[in-house]
Amino acid sequence: MRTVFSYLRGRIHTPQIGDLVAVIDLHVNGTPHRVGLDPRTSLLDALREQLGLTGTKKGCNQGACGACTVLADGERIVACLALAVQYDGRRITTIEGIGTPEEPHPLQRAFVRFDGFQCGYCTSGQICSALGMLAEHRAGAPSAATPRHAAAGPRIALSDPEIKERMSGNLCRCGAYEGIADAIRDAAAATGTAGAADASEAVL
Amino acid sequence: MRPFTYVRPPDVDASLRAIAERPGARFLGGGTNLVDLMRQDVERPAALIDIFGLPLDTVEELPGGGLRIGALVRNSRLAVHPLVRERWPVLSQALLAGASGQVRNMATVGGNLLQRTRCLYFTDHTAGCNKREPGTGCDAIGGFHRNAAVLGAGEHCVATHPSDMAVALVALDAVADVRSVRGSRRIPLAELHRLPGETPQRDTVLAADELITAVELPPSAVAAASAYRKVRDRASFAFALVSVAAAIEVTDGVVSGVRIALGGVAPKPWRAREAERVLTGAPAGEESFRAAAAAELAPAVGLPQNTFKIELARRAVVAALRGLTEGSTA
Ligand SMILES: Cc1cc2nc3c(=O)[nH]c(=O)nc-3n(C[C@H](O)[C@H](O)[C@H](O)COP(=O)(O)OP(=O)(O)OC[C@H]3O[C@@H](n4cnc5c(N)ncnc54)[C@H](O)[C@@H]3O)c2cc1C
Ligand code: FES
Ligand code: FES
Repeated sequence: MRTVFSYLRGRIHTPQIGDLVAVIDLHVNGTPHRVGLDPRTSLLDALREQLGLTGTKKGCNQGACGACTVLADGERIVACLALAVQYDGRRITTIEGIGTPEEPHPLQRAFVRFDGFQCGYCTSGQICSALGMLAEHRAGAPSAATPRHAAAGPRIALSDPEIKERMSGNLCRCGAYEGIADAIRDAAAATGTAGAADASEAVL
Repeated sequence: MRPFTYVRPPDVDASLRAIAERPGARFLGGGTNLVDLMRQDVERPAALIDIFGLPLDTVEELPGGGLRIGALVRNSRLAVHPLVRERWPVLSQALLAGASGQVRNMATVGGNLLQRTRCLYFTDHTAGCNKREPGTGCDAIGGFHRNAAVLGAGEHCVATHPSDMAVALVALDAVADVRSVRGSRRIPLAELHRLPGETPQRDTVLAADELITAVELPPSAVAAASAYRKVRDRASFAFALVSVAAAIEVTDGVVSGVRIALGGVAPKPWRAREAERVLTGAPAGEESFRAAAAAELAPAVGLPQNTFKIELARRAVVAALRGLTEGSTA
Protein backbone atom coordinates (compact mmCIF):
# COMPACT_ATOMS: atom_id res chain seq x y z
CA MET A 1 0.00 0.00 0.00
CA ARG A 2 1.07 3.56 -0.62
CA THR A 3 2.11 5.76 2.18
CA VAL A 4 -0.71 7.87 3.46
CA PHE A 5 0.50 11.45 3.64
CA SER A 6 -0.38 13.03 6.90
CA TYR A 7 -2.67 15.92 6.30
CA LEU A 8 -1.32 19.16 7.66
CA ARG A 9 -3.34 22.33 7.87
CA GLY A 10 -2.12 24.88 5.37
CA ARG A 11 0.43 22.58 3.74
CA ILE A 12 0.40 22.37 0.00
CA HIS A 13 0.64 18.99 -1.59
CA THR A 14 0.18 18.22 -5.26
CA PRO A 15 -1.89 15.08 -5.62
CA GLN A 16 -1.50 12.57 -8.39
CA ILE A 17 -4.43 10.56 -9.65
CA GLY A 18 -4.96 7.65 -7.33
CA ASP A 19 -2.84 9.10 -4.54
CA LEU A 20 -4.24 9.19 -1.08
CA VAL A 21 -3.27 12.66 -0.09
CA ALA A 22 -5.50 13.82 2.69
CA VAL A 23 -6.21 12.22 6.02
CA ILE A 24 -9.28 13.59 7.72
CA ASP A 25 -11.39 12.83 10.74
CA LEU A 26 -15.05 12.19 10.10
CA HIS A 27 -17.34 11.59 13.05
CA VAL A 28 -20.12 9.57 11.56
CA ASN A 29 -23.13 8.52 13.60
CA GLY A 30 -21.13 8.99 16.79
CA THR A 31 -18.12 6.94 15.64
CA PRO A 32 -14.82 8.64 14.81
CA HIS A 33 -13.15 7.55 11.58
CA ARG A 34 -9.73 8.52 10.28
CA VAL A 35 -10.03 8.41 6.50
CA GLY A 36 -7.30 8.77 3.91
CA LEU A 37 -8.63 10.06 0.64
CA ASP A 38 -7.99 11.86 -2.61
CA PRO A 39 -9.21 15.44 -2.06
CA ARG A 40 -11.53 15.08 -5.05
CA THR A 41 -13.66 12.62 -3.09
CA SER A 42 -17.13 13.89 -2.25
CA LEU A 43 -18.49 13.40 1.22
CA LEU A 44 -21.06 11.12 -0.40
CA ASP A 45 -18.43 8.86 -1.96
CA ALA A 46 -16.38 8.84 1.24
CA LEU A 47 -19.41 7.64 3.19
CA ARG A 48 -20.46 5.06 0.65
CA GLU A 49 -17.20 3.79 -0.80
CA GLN A 50 -14.78 4.22 2.07
CA LEU A 51 -16.92 3.76 5.15
CA GLY A 52 -19.35 1.33 3.53
CA LEU A 53 -22.36 3.37 4.63
CA THR A 54 -24.47 2.81 1.54
CA GLY A 55 -27.75 3.97 3.07
CA THR A 56 -27.07 7.44 1.68
CA LYS A 57 -27.92 7.35 -2.02
CA LYS A 58 -26.52 8.98 -5.13
CA GLY A 59 -29.26 10.25 -7.43
CA CYS A 60 -28.16 13.17 -9.59
CA ASN A 61 -24.72 13.90 -8.10
CA GLN A 62 -25.52 17.59 -8.82
CA GLY A 63 -27.33 18.84 -5.73
CA ALA A 64 -30.70 18.69 -7.46
CA CYS A 65 -32.47 15.62 -6.04
CA GLY A 66 -31.66 15.39 -2.32
CA ALA A 67 -31.11 11.60 -2.30
CA CYS A 68 -27.69 12.16 -0.71
CA THR A 69 -28.94 14.37 2.14
CA VAL A 70 -27.09 13.89 5.45
CA LEU A 71 -26.81 16.04 8.55
CA ALA A 72 -23.59 17.92 9.32
CA ASP A 73 -23.64 19.08 12.95
CA GLY A 74 -27.41 18.69 12.76
CA GLU A 75 -27.84 20.73 9.55
CA ARG A 76 -29.02 19.11 6.35
CA ILE A 77 -26.66 19.26 3.39
CA VAL A 78 -26.29 17.46 0.07
CA ALA A 79 -23.27 15.19 0.43
CA CYS A 80 -22.69 14.98 -3.34
CA LEU A 81 -21.59 18.61 -3.67
CA ALA A 82 -19.49 18.55 -0.51
CA LEU A 83 -15.84 17.60 -0.75
CA ALA A 84 -15.09 15.25 2.16
CA VAL A 85 -12.00 17.31 3.10
CA GLN A 86 -14.27 20.28 3.86
CA TYR A 87 -16.03 18.29 6.57
CA ASP A 88 -12.88 17.32 8.45
CA GLY A 89 -13.74 17.17 12.14
CA ARG A 90 -17.48 17.60 11.62
CA ARG A 91 -20.24 15.40 13.08
CA ILE A 92 -22.09 13.66 10.27
CA THR A 93 -25.38 11.80 10.71
CA THR A 94 -26.52 9.40 8.00
CA ILE A 95 -29.63 7.26 7.83
CA GLU A 96 -27.66 4.44 9.50
CA GLY A 97 -27.43 6.65 12.60
CA ILE A 98 -31.17 7.25 12.79
CA GLY A 99 -33.16 4.65 14.71
CA THR A 100 -32.45 0.92 14.63
CA PRO A 101 -34.32 -1.95 12.93
CA GLU A 102 -35.78 -2.87 16.32
CA GLU A 103 -36.43 0.67 17.44
CA PRO A 104 -37.06 2.91 14.41
CA HIS A 105 -37.07 6.68 14.84
CA PRO A 106 -40.63 8.08 15.08
CA LEU A 107 -40.19 9.65 11.65
CA GLN A 108 -39.18 6.30 10.18
CA ARG A 109 -42.27 4.70 11.74
CA ALA A 110 -44.40 7.46 10.24
CA PHE A 111 -42.90 6.88 6.77
CA VAL A 112 -43.95 3.22 7.03
CA ARG A 113 -47.39 4.03 8.38
CA PHE A 114 -48.21 6.67 5.75
CA ASP A 115 -46.57 4.95 2.75
CA GLY A 116 -43.96 7.68 2.43
CA PHE A 117 -42.15 5.74 -0.31
CA GLN A 118 -42.49 3.22 -3.05
CA CYS A 119 -39.07 2.04 -4.33
CA GLY A 120 -37.32 3.62 -1.33
CA TYR A 121 -34.38 5.14 -3.23
CA CYS A 122 -35.10 8.69 -2.08
CA THR A 123 -36.17 7.71 1.43
CA SER A 124 -32.94 8.02 3.40
CA GLY A 125 -32.47 11.49 1.95
CA GLN A 126 -36.09 12.39 2.65
CA ILE A 127 -35.77 11.33 6.29
CA CYS A 128 -32.45 13.11 6.91
CA SER A 129 -33.80 16.21 5.17
CA ALA A 130 -37.03 16.13 7.18
CA LEU A 131 -35.08 15.92 10.45
CA GLY A 132 -32.99 18.92 9.48
CA MET A 133 -36.07 20.74 8.26
CA LEU A 134 -37.98 20.14 11.50
CA ALA A 135 -35.04 21.51 13.49
CA GLU A 136 -35.03 24.64 11.30
CA HIS A 137 -38.75 25.00 11.84
CA ARG A 138 -38.43 24.57 15.59
CA ALA A 139 -35.76 27.29 15.59
CA GLY A 140 -38.33 29.65 14.02
CA ALA A 141 -36.92 29.83 10.48
CA PRO A 142 -39.44 31.12 7.93
CA SER A 143 -39.65 29.67 4.41
CA ALA A 144 -40.67 31.05 1.04
CA ALA A 145 -44.18 29.75 1.81
CA THR A 146 -44.49 31.61 5.10
CA PRO A 147 -47.01 34.47 4.99
CA ARG A 148 -45.27 37.67 6.04
CA HIS A 149 -47.45 38.27 9.10
CA ALA A 150 -46.73 34.71 10.28
CA ALA A 151 -42.97 35.17 9.85
CA ALA A 152 -43.04 37.82 12.54
CA GLY A 153 -45.06 35.66 14.92
CA PRO A 154 -43.73 33.28 17.54
CA ARG A 155 -44.45 30.01 15.78
CA ILE A 156 -45.06 29.17 12.14
CA ALA A 157 -47.73 26.53 11.57
CA LEU A 158 -46.37 23.52 9.67
CA SER A 159 -49.04 23.62 7.00
CA ASP A 160 -49.01 21.55 3.83
CA PRO A 161 -47.57 24.37 1.69
CA GLU A 162 -44.88 24.86 4.36
CA ILE A 163 -43.90 21.17 4.34
CA LYS A 164 -43.81 21.05 0.55
CA GLU A 165 -41.76 24.22 0.20
CA ARG A 166 -39.32 23.19 2.94
CA MET A 167 -38.92 19.71 1.43
CA SER A 168 -38.63 20.86 -2.20
CA GLY A 169 -34.95 19.88 -2.26
CA ASN A 170 -35.96 16.21 -2.13
CA LEU A 171 -37.40 14.70 -5.26
CA CYS A 172 -39.25 11.39 -5.32
CA ARG A 173 -39.33 9.72 -8.71
CA CYS A 174 -42.10 7.41 -7.46
CA GLY A 175 -44.21 10.42 -6.56
CA ALA A 176 -44.83 9.42 -2.96
CA TYR A 177 -45.10 13.09 -2.02
CA GLU A 178 -48.47 12.88 -0.30
CA GLY A 179 -47.34 10.05 1.97
CA ILE A 180 -44.06 11.83 2.69
CA ALA A 181 -45.85 15.04 3.71
CA ASP A 182 -48.34 13.07 5.81
CA ALA A 183 -45.53 11.23 7.59
CA ILE A 184 -43.63 14.43 8.34
CA ARG A 185 -46.74 16.23 9.57
CA ASP A 186 -47.65 13.32 11.81
CA ALA A 187 -44.15 12.87 13.25
CA ALA A 188 -43.82 16.61 13.88
CA ALA A 189 -47.17 16.72 15.69
CA ALA A 190 -46.28 13.64 17.75
CA THR A 191 -42.91 15.00 18.93
CA GLY A 192 -44.25 18.54 19.32
CA THR A 193 -42.36 21.78 18.94
CA ALA A 194 -40.90 21.45 22.44
CA GLY A 195 -38.81 18.55 21.16
CA ALA A 196 -35.06 18.34 20.80
CA ALA A 197 -33.23 21.58 20.19
CA ASP A 198 -31.45 20.40 17.09
CA ALA A 199 -31.76 17.58 14.67
CA SER A 200 -28.80 15.63 15.96
CA GLU A 201 -30.38 15.53 19.41
CA ALA A 202 -33.62 14.41 17.86
CA VAL A 203 -31.67 11.69 16.11
CA LEU A 204 -29.63 10.29 18.96
CA MET B 1 -12.61 15.53 -12.06
CA ARG B 2 -9.06 16.69 -12.70
CA PRO B 3 -6.60 16.54 -9.83
CA PHE B 4 -5.93 19.73 -7.92
CA THR B 5 -3.83 20.90 -5.04
CA TYR B 6 -5.91 21.28 -1.93
CA VAL B 7 -4.92 23.94 0.56
CA ARG B 8 -6.72 24.91 3.72
CA PRO B 9 -5.06 28.03 5.11
CA PRO B 10 -5.67 28.99 8.73
CA ASP B 11 -6.66 32.62 8.14
CA VAL B 12 -7.50 35.28 5.56
CA ASP B 13 -3.94 36.51 5.05
CA ALA B 14 -2.64 33.01 4.46
CA SER B 15 -5.51 32.42 2.01
CA LEU B 16 -4.59 35.53 0.05
CA ARG B 17 -0.96 34.45 -0.13
CA ALA B 18 -1.91 30.90 -1.08
CA ILE B 19 -3.97 32.03 -4.05
CA ALA B 20 -1.40 34.62 -5.15
CA GLU B 21 1.31 31.94 -5.20
CA ARG B 22 -0.65 29.52 -7.37
CA PRO B 23 -1.68 30.41 -10.89
CA GLY B 24 -5.04 28.83 -11.73
CA ALA B 25 -6.05 28.50 -8.08
CA ARG B 26 -9.59 29.21 -6.92
CA PHE B 27 -11.25 29.83 -3.59
CA LEU B 28 -13.59 27.12 -2.39
CA GLY B 29 -16.68 28.22 -0.45
CA GLY B 30 -19.50 25.75 0.07
CA GLY B 31 -18.55 24.11 -3.22
CA THR B 32 -22.14 23.86 -4.42
CA ASN B 33 -21.32 25.52 -7.73
CA LEU B 34 -17.58 25.00 -8.09
CA VAL B 35 -17.52 21.27 -7.28
CA ASP B 36 -20.43 20.70 -9.66
CA LEU B 37 -18.63 22.56 -12.48
CA MET B 38 -15.32 20.81 -11.78
CA ARG B 39 -17.05 17.47 -12.04
CA GLN B 40 -18.41 18.57 -15.42
CA ASP B 41 -14.90 19.66 -16.44
CA VAL B 42 -16.06 23.24 -16.99
CA GLU B 43 -13.96 24.62 -14.15
CA ARG B 44 -10.40 23.29 -14.03
CA PRO B 45 -8.64 24.88 -11.07
CA ALA B 46 -5.03 23.84 -10.49
CA ALA B 47 -5.52 24.39 -6.78
CA LEU B 48 -8.39 24.93 -4.38
CA ILE B 49 -7.88 27.34 -1.52
CA ASP B 50 -10.49 26.16 0.97
CA ILE B 51 -11.93 29.19 2.77
CA PHE B 52 -15.10 27.42 3.98
CA GLY B 53 -13.89 27.38 7.61
CA LEU B 54 -12.48 30.92 7.79
CA PRO B 55 -14.05 33.12 10.46
CA LEU B 56 -15.73 35.43 7.91
CA ASP B 57 -19.10 34.07 8.97
CA THR B 58 -20.60 36.75 11.18
CA VAL B 59 -23.33 39.32 10.61
CA GLU B 60 -22.72 42.60 12.45
CA GLU B 61 -24.79 45.72 12.77
CA LEU B 62 -22.83 48.83 11.80
CA PRO B 63 -23.01 52.16 13.61
CA GLY B 64 -25.72 54.11 11.76
CA GLY B 65 -27.88 51.07 11.13
CA GLY B 66 -26.15 49.28 8.27
CA LEU B 67 -25.13 45.64 8.23
CA ARG B 68 -21.83 43.92 7.56
CA ILE B 69 -22.25 40.38 6.28
CA GLY B 70 -19.20 38.11 6.27
CA ALA B 71 -18.55 36.45 2.90
CA LEU B 72 -18.81 32.99 4.45
CA VAL B 73 -22.17 33.48 6.11
CA ARG B 74 -24.35 30.63 4.88
CA ASN B 75 -27.36 31.61 2.79
CA SER B 76 -29.70 29.93 5.30
CA ARG B 77 -28.30 31.92 8.25
CA LEU B 78 -28.55 35.23 6.46
CA ALA B 79 -32.14 34.55 5.39
CA VAL B 80 -33.33 34.08 8.97
CA HIS B 81 -31.26 36.85 10.56
CA PRO B 82 -33.67 39.03 12.60
CA LEU B 83 -32.22 42.34 11.39
CA VAL B 84 -32.34 41.24 7.76
CA ARG B 85 -35.96 40.16 8.12
CA GLU B 86 -36.90 43.42 9.78
CA ARG B 87 -34.94 46.02 7.79
CA TRP B 88 -34.16 44.38 4.44
CA PRO B 89 -36.95 41.80 3.96
CA VAL B 90 -36.28 41.64 0.21
CA LEU B 91 -32.92 40.02 0.96
CA SER B 92 -34.39 37.37 3.24
CA GLN B 93 -37.08 36.61 0.66
CA ALA B 94 -34.60 36.41 -2.22
CA LEU B 95 -32.45 33.96 -0.28
CA LEU B 96 -35.41 31.78 0.68
CA ALA B 97 -36.54 31.76 -2.95
CA GLY B 98 -33.19 30.30 -4.07
CA ALA B 99 -32.07 26.67 -4.27
CA SER B 100 -33.16 24.22 -1.53
CA GLY B 101 -32.87 23.99 2.25
CA GLN B 102 -29.83 21.73 1.91
CA VAL B 103 -28.02 23.90 -0.65
CA ARG B 104 -28.72 27.08 1.35
CA ASN B 105 -27.07 25.48 4.40
CA MET B 106 -23.87 25.04 2.38
CA ALA B 107 -23.92 28.08 0.08
CA THR B 108 -21.92 31.12 1.16
CA VAL B 109 -22.59 34.77 0.36
CA GLY B 110 -19.33 35.08 -1.64
CA GLY B 111 -19.99 31.89 -3.58
CA ASN B 112 -23.56 32.87 -4.31
CA LEU B 113 -22.42 36.17 -5.87
CA LEU B 114 -19.83 34.39 -8.00
CA GLN B 115 -21.89 31.40 -9.13
CA ARG B 116 -21.77 30.85 -12.87
CA THR B 117 -24.57 30.86 -15.41
CA ARG B 118 -27.08 28.04 -15.79
CA CYS B 119 -27.18 28.39 -19.59
CA LEU B 120 -27.25 24.77 -20.82
CA TYR B 121 -24.49 25.33 -23.36
CA PHE B 122 -22.08 26.44 -20.64
CA THR B 123 -21.79 22.83 -19.44
CA ASP B 124 -22.23 21.14 -22.84
CA HIS B 125 -18.79 20.34 -24.21
CA THR B 126 -20.23 19.41 -27.61
CA ALA B 127 -21.56 22.95 -28.09
CA GLY B 128 -20.01 26.33 -28.71
CA CYS B 129 -19.96 28.64 -25.70
CA ASN B 130 -17.83 31.76 -25.52
CA LYS B 131 -18.19 31.87 -21.77
CA ARG B 132 -16.78 28.38 -21.33
CA GLU B 133 -14.33 28.48 -24.22
CA PRO B 134 -13.73 31.89 -25.79
CA GLY B 135 -13.91 31.88 -29.56
CA THR B 136 -16.22 28.88 -29.94
CA GLY B 137 -19.34 30.97 -30.55
CA CYS B 138 -22.68 31.04 -28.76
CA ASP B 139 -24.86 28.07 -29.62
CA ALA B 140 -27.67 29.39 -27.43
CA ILE B 141 -28.50 32.13 -29.92
CA GLY B 142 -29.52 29.70 -32.67
CA GLY B 143 -30.44 26.92 -30.26
CA PHE B 144 -32.30 26.60 -26.98
CA HIS B 145 -32.48 30.02 -25.38
CA ARG B 146 -35.75 30.18 -23.52
CA ASN B 147 -33.78 31.10 -20.40
CA ALA B 148 -31.52 33.64 -22.08
CA ALA B 149 -31.10 37.36 -21.40
CA VAL B 150 -33.22 40.10 -22.95
CA LEU B 151 -31.23 43.03 -21.55
CA GLY B 152 -27.48 43.67 -21.73
CA ALA B 153 -26.63 40.59 -23.80
CA GLY B 154 -24.78 40.63 -27.10
CA GLU B 155 -23.79 38.60 -30.12
CA HIS B 156 -21.13 36.76 -28.12
CA CYS B 157 -23.22 35.59 -25.17
CA VAL B 158 -26.84 35.66 -24.02
CA ALA B 159 -26.42 33.84 -20.70
CA THR B 160 -28.12 35.18 -17.58
CA HIS B 161 -26.72 35.48 -14.09
CA PRO B 162 -28.67 33.02 -11.94
CA SER B 163 -28.37 34.45 -8.41
CA ASP B 164 -31.48 35.56 -6.53
CA MET B 165 -29.56 37.00 -3.58
CA ALA B 166 -27.47 39.24 -5.84
CA VAL B 167 -30.60 40.86 -7.28
CA ALA B 168 -31.72 41.92 -3.81
CA LEU B 169 -28.23 43.13 -2.89
CA VAL B 170 -27.97 45.22 -6.05
CA ALA B 171 -31.33 46.84 -5.31
CA LEU B 172 -30.17 47.58 -1.76
CA ASP B 173 -27.00 49.43 -2.86
CA ALA B 174 -24.79 46.84 -1.16
CA VAL B 175 -21.02 47.13 -1.40
CA ALA B 176 -18.50 44.28 -1.49
CA ASP B 177 -15.27 44.38 0.50
CA VAL B 178 -12.54 42.76 -1.52
CA ARG B 179 -8.98 41.88 -0.53
CA SER B 180 -5.88 40.50 -2.20
CA VAL B 181 -2.16 40.54 -1.40
CA ARG B 182 -2.06 43.89 -3.22
CA GLY B 183 -4.50 45.56 -0.86
CA SER B 184 -8.21 46.05 -0.44
CA ARG B 185 -10.99 47.80 -2.34
CA ARG B 186 -14.72 48.30 -2.13
CA ILE B 187 -16.93 47.49 -5.10
CA PRO B 188 -20.61 48.51 -5.28
CA LEU B 189 -22.45 45.29 -6.09
CA ALA B 190 -24.07 46.91 -9.10
CA GLU B 191 -20.55 47.16 -10.57
CA LEU B 192 -19.26 43.73 -9.52
CA HIS B 193 -20.73 41.78 -12.42
CA ARG B 194 -20.04 42.82 -15.98
CA LEU B 195 -21.80 42.59 -19.32
CA PRO B 196 -20.35 40.06 -21.77
CA GLY B 197 -19.17 42.43 -24.50
CA GLU B 198 -16.29 40.72 -26.32
CA THR B 199 -15.15 38.79 -23.24
CA PRO B 200 -18.09 36.79 -21.88
CA GLN B 201 -15.70 34.45 -20.07
CA ARG B 202 -15.27 37.16 -17.43
CA ASP B 203 -18.38 37.37 -15.25
CA THR B 204 -17.09 40.01 -12.84
CA VAL B 205 -14.50 42.75 -12.43
CA LEU B 206 -12.62 40.71 -9.80
CA ALA B 207 -9.05 39.59 -10.40
CA ALA B 208 -8.39 35.85 -9.96
CA ASP B 209 -6.70 36.36 -6.59
CA GLU B 210 -9.25 38.72 -5.05
CA LEU B 211 -11.25 37.49 -2.09
CA ILE B 212 -14.65 38.89 -1.20
CA THR B 213 -14.43 39.25 2.57
CA ALA B 214 -17.79 40.88 3.30
CA VAL B 215 -20.82 42.60 1.86
CA GLU B 216 -22.12 45.77 3.48
CA LEU B 217 -25.69 46.96 3.41
CA PRO B 218 -26.15 50.68 3.96
CA PRO B 219 -29.01 51.76 6.20
CA SER B 220 -32.11 52.26 4.07
CA ALA B 221 -35.48 53.58 5.13
CA VAL B 222 -37.04 52.55 1.83
CA ALA B 223 -35.92 48.92 2.31
CA ALA B 224 -38.35 48.41 5.18
CA ALA B 225 -41.11 48.01 2.59
CA SER B 226 -39.38 45.69 0.18
CA ALA B 227 -40.12 42.34 -1.41
CA TYR B 228 -38.76 39.77 -3.83
CA ARG B 229 -40.98 38.34 -6.52
CA LYS B 230 -39.69 35.32 -8.42
CA VAL B 231 -41.38 33.83 -11.47
CA ARG B 232 -40.27 30.32 -12.37
CA ASP B 233 -41.40 27.16 -14.12
CA ARG B 234 -42.35 25.42 -10.89
CA ALA B 235 -43.30 26.71 -7.47
CA SER B 236 -40.04 25.85 -5.72
CA PHE B 237 -36.43 24.78 -6.30
CA ALA B 238 -36.05 26.31 -9.77
CA PHE B 239 -34.04 29.20 -11.14
CA ALA B 240 -35.86 32.39 -12.02
CA LEU B 241 -37.30 33.08 -15.44
CA VAL B 242 -37.77 36.63 -14.23
CA SER B 243 -37.44 38.08 -10.76
CA VAL B 244 -37.89 41.50 -9.19
CA ALA B 245 -36.40 42.96 -6.04
CA ALA B 246 -38.32 46.09 -5.15
CA ALA B 247 -38.46 48.61 -2.34
CA ILE B 248 -40.72 51.62 -2.32
CA GLU B 249 -41.62 54.51 -0.05
CA VAL B 250 -44.77 56.51 -0.62
CA THR B 251 -45.37 59.93 0.95
CA ASP B 252 -48.78 61.57 0.49
CA GLY B 253 -49.56 59.33 -2.45
CA VAL B 254 -46.30 60.16 -4.22
CA VAL B 255 -43.28 57.87 -4.65
CA SER B 256 -40.59 59.39 -2.45
CA GLY B 257 -38.09 56.55 -2.70
CA VAL B 258 -37.76 53.46 -4.85
CA ARG B 259 -35.21 50.72 -5.61
CA ILE B 260 -35.74 48.07 -8.26
CA ALA B 261 -33.52 45.31 -9.62
CA LEU B 262 -34.32 42.48 -12.00
CA GLY B 263 -33.06 38.90 -12.16
CA GLY B 264 -33.23 36.28 -14.89
CA VAL B 265 -33.29 38.87 -17.67
CA ALA B 266 -29.66 39.94 -18.02
CA PRO B 267 -26.05 38.75 -17.78
CA LYS B 268 -25.84 40.53 -14.44
CA PRO B 269 -28.25 41.43 -11.65
CA TRP B 270 -29.98 44.33 -13.37
CA ARG B 271 -30.51 47.56 -11.46
CA ALA B 272 -33.61 49.19 -12.99
CA ARG B 273 -32.46 52.81 -12.83
CA GLU B 274 -34.71 53.94 -15.64
CA ALA B 275 -37.79 52.58 -13.84
CA GLU B 276 -36.64 54.26 -10.64
CA ARG B 277 -36.20 57.58 -12.48
CA VAL B 278 -39.71 57.42 -13.95
CA LEU B 279 -41.25 56.53 -10.59
CA THR B 280 -39.51 59.00 -8.33
CA GLY B 281 -41.93 61.86 -7.65
CA ALA B 282 -44.75 60.20 -9.60
CA PRO B 283 -48.11 59.31 -8.07
CA ALA B 284 -47.89 55.84 -6.56
CA GLY B 285 -50.30 53.81 -8.67
CA GLU B 286 -50.83 51.33 -11.42
CA GLU B 287 -50.28 53.86 -14.19
CA SER B 288 -46.88 54.98 -12.93
CA PHE B 289 -45.85 51.40 -12.24
CA ARG B 290 -46.65 50.46 -15.82
CA ALA B 291 -44.86 53.45 -17.26
CA ALA B 292 -41.78 52.66 -15.16
CA ALA B 293 -41.75 48.98 -16.16
CA ALA B 294 -42.20 49.90 -19.83
CA ALA B 295 -39.35 52.42 -19.68
CA GLU B 296 -36.96 49.89 -18.16
CA LEU B 297 -37.80 47.16 -20.66
CA ALA B 298 -37.84 49.50 -23.68
CA PRO B 299 -34.32 48.50 -24.82
CA ALA B 300 -35.02 44.77 -24.29
CA VAL B 301 -34.40 42.47 -27.25
CA GLY B 302 -35.83 38.96 -27.31
CA LEU B 303 -34.83 35.85 -29.18
CA PRO B 304 -37.58 33.60 -30.62
CA GLN B 305 -37.98 31.54 -27.44
CA ASN B 306 -37.49 34.16 -24.77
CA THR B 307 -39.36 37.23 -25.99
CA PHE B 308 -42.05 36.35 -23.47
CA LYS B 309 -39.67 37.46 -20.74
CA ILE B 310 -40.03 41.10 -21.75
CA GLU B 311 -43.75 41.25 -21.02
CA LEU B 312 -43.29 38.92 -18.04
CA ALA B 313 -40.69 41.27 -16.56
CA ARG B 314 -42.96 44.30 -17.06
CA ARG B 315 -45.81 42.56 -15.32
CA ALA B 316 -43.61 41.26 -12.51
CA VAL B 317 -42.36 44.80 -11.81
CA VAL B 318 -45.93 46.16 -11.69
CA ALA B 319 -47.08 43.27 -9.48
CA ALA B 320 -44.15 43.69 -7.08
CA LEU B 321 -44.82 47.42 -6.69
CA ARG B 322 -48.55 46.86 -6.36
CA GLY B 323 -47.96 44.27 -3.63
CA LEU B 324 -45.84 46.71 -1.67
CA THR B 325 -48.19 49.66 -1.94
CA GLU B 326 -51.58 48.04 -1.54
CA GLY B 327 -53.60 50.27 0.69
CA SER B 328 -51.42 53.33 0.15
CA THR B 329 -51.69 53.86 -3.63
CA ALA B 330 -53.72 56.52 -5.36
C1 LIG C 1 -29.63 22.27 -7.46
C2 LIG C 1 -29.28 23.71 -7.25
C3 LIG C 1 -30.26 24.69 -7.35
C4 LIG C 1 -29.95 26.02 -7.17
N1 LIG C 1 -30.93 26.97 -7.27
C5 LIG C 1 -30.63 28.28 -7.08
C6 LIG C 1 -31.61 29.30 -7.17
O1 LIG C 1 -32.78 29.03 -7.39
N2 LIG C 1 -31.22 30.58 -6.98
C7 LIG C 1 -29.92 30.92 -6.72
O2 LIG C 1 -29.65 32.10 -6.54
N3 LIG C 1 -28.98 29.99 -6.64
C8 LIG C 1 -29.29 28.68 -6.81
N4 LIG C 1 -28.31 27.74 -6.75
C9 LIG C 1 -26.92 28.16 -6.71
C10 LIG C 1 -26.38 28.32 -5.31
O3 LIG C 1 -26.99 29.46 -4.72
C11 LIG C 1 -24.88 28.50 -5.45
O4 LIG C 1 -24.34 27.28 -5.89
C12 LIG C 1 -24.23 28.90 -4.15
O5 LIG C 1 -24.74 30.11 -3.68
C13 LIG C 1 -22.74 29.01 -4.33
O6 LIG C 1 -22.14 29.24 -3.07
P1 LIG C 1 -20.92 28.33 -2.59
O7 LIG C 1 -20.42 28.89 -1.32
O8 LIG C 1 -21.28 26.90 -2.59
O9 LIG C 1 -19.89 28.65 -3.77
P2 LIG C 1 -18.72 27.77 -4.37
O10 LIG C 1 -19.26 26.75 -5.27
O11 LIG C 1 -17.78 27.35 -3.30
O12 LIG C 1 -17.98 28.91 -5.23
C14 LIG C 1 -18.57 29.52 -6.36
C15 LIG C 1 -17.54 30.46 -6.98
O13 LIG C 1 -17.28 31.55 -6.12
C16 LIG C 1 -15.89 31.65 -5.80
N5 LIG C 1 -15.84 32.11 -4.42
C17 LIG C 1 -16.53 31.58 -3.37
N6 LIG C 1 -16.39 32.37 -2.29
C18 LIG C 1 -15.60 33.40 -2.66
C19 LIG C 1 -15.10 34.56 -1.98
N7 LIG C 1 -15.41 34.82 -0.70
N8 LIG C 1 -14.31 35.42 -2.66
C20 LIG C 1 -13.98 35.18 -3.96
N9 LIG C 1 -14.41 34.11 -4.64
C21 LIG C 1 -15.23 33.24 -4.00
C22 LIG C 1 -15.33 30.28 -6.07
O14 LIG C 1 -13.97 30.33 -6.39
C23 LIG C 1 -16.19 29.82 -7.22
O15 LIG C 1 -15.68 30.31 -8.41
C24 LIG C 1 -28.62 26.39 -6.89
C25 LIG C 1 -27.63 25.41 -6.76
C26 LIG C 1 -27.95 24.08 -6.92
C27 LIG C 1 -26.87 23.05 -6.79
S1 FES D 1 -27.29 12.97 -5.38
FE1 FES D 1 -26.91 14.72 -4.18
S2 FES D 1 -28.62 15.93 -4.60
FE2 FES D 1 -28.89 14.33 -6.01
S1 FES E 1 -39.79 6.16 -3.24
FE1 FES E 1 -38.97 5.82 -5.20
S2 FES E 1 -37.96 7.69 -5.55
FE2 FES E 1 -39.07 8.14 -3.78
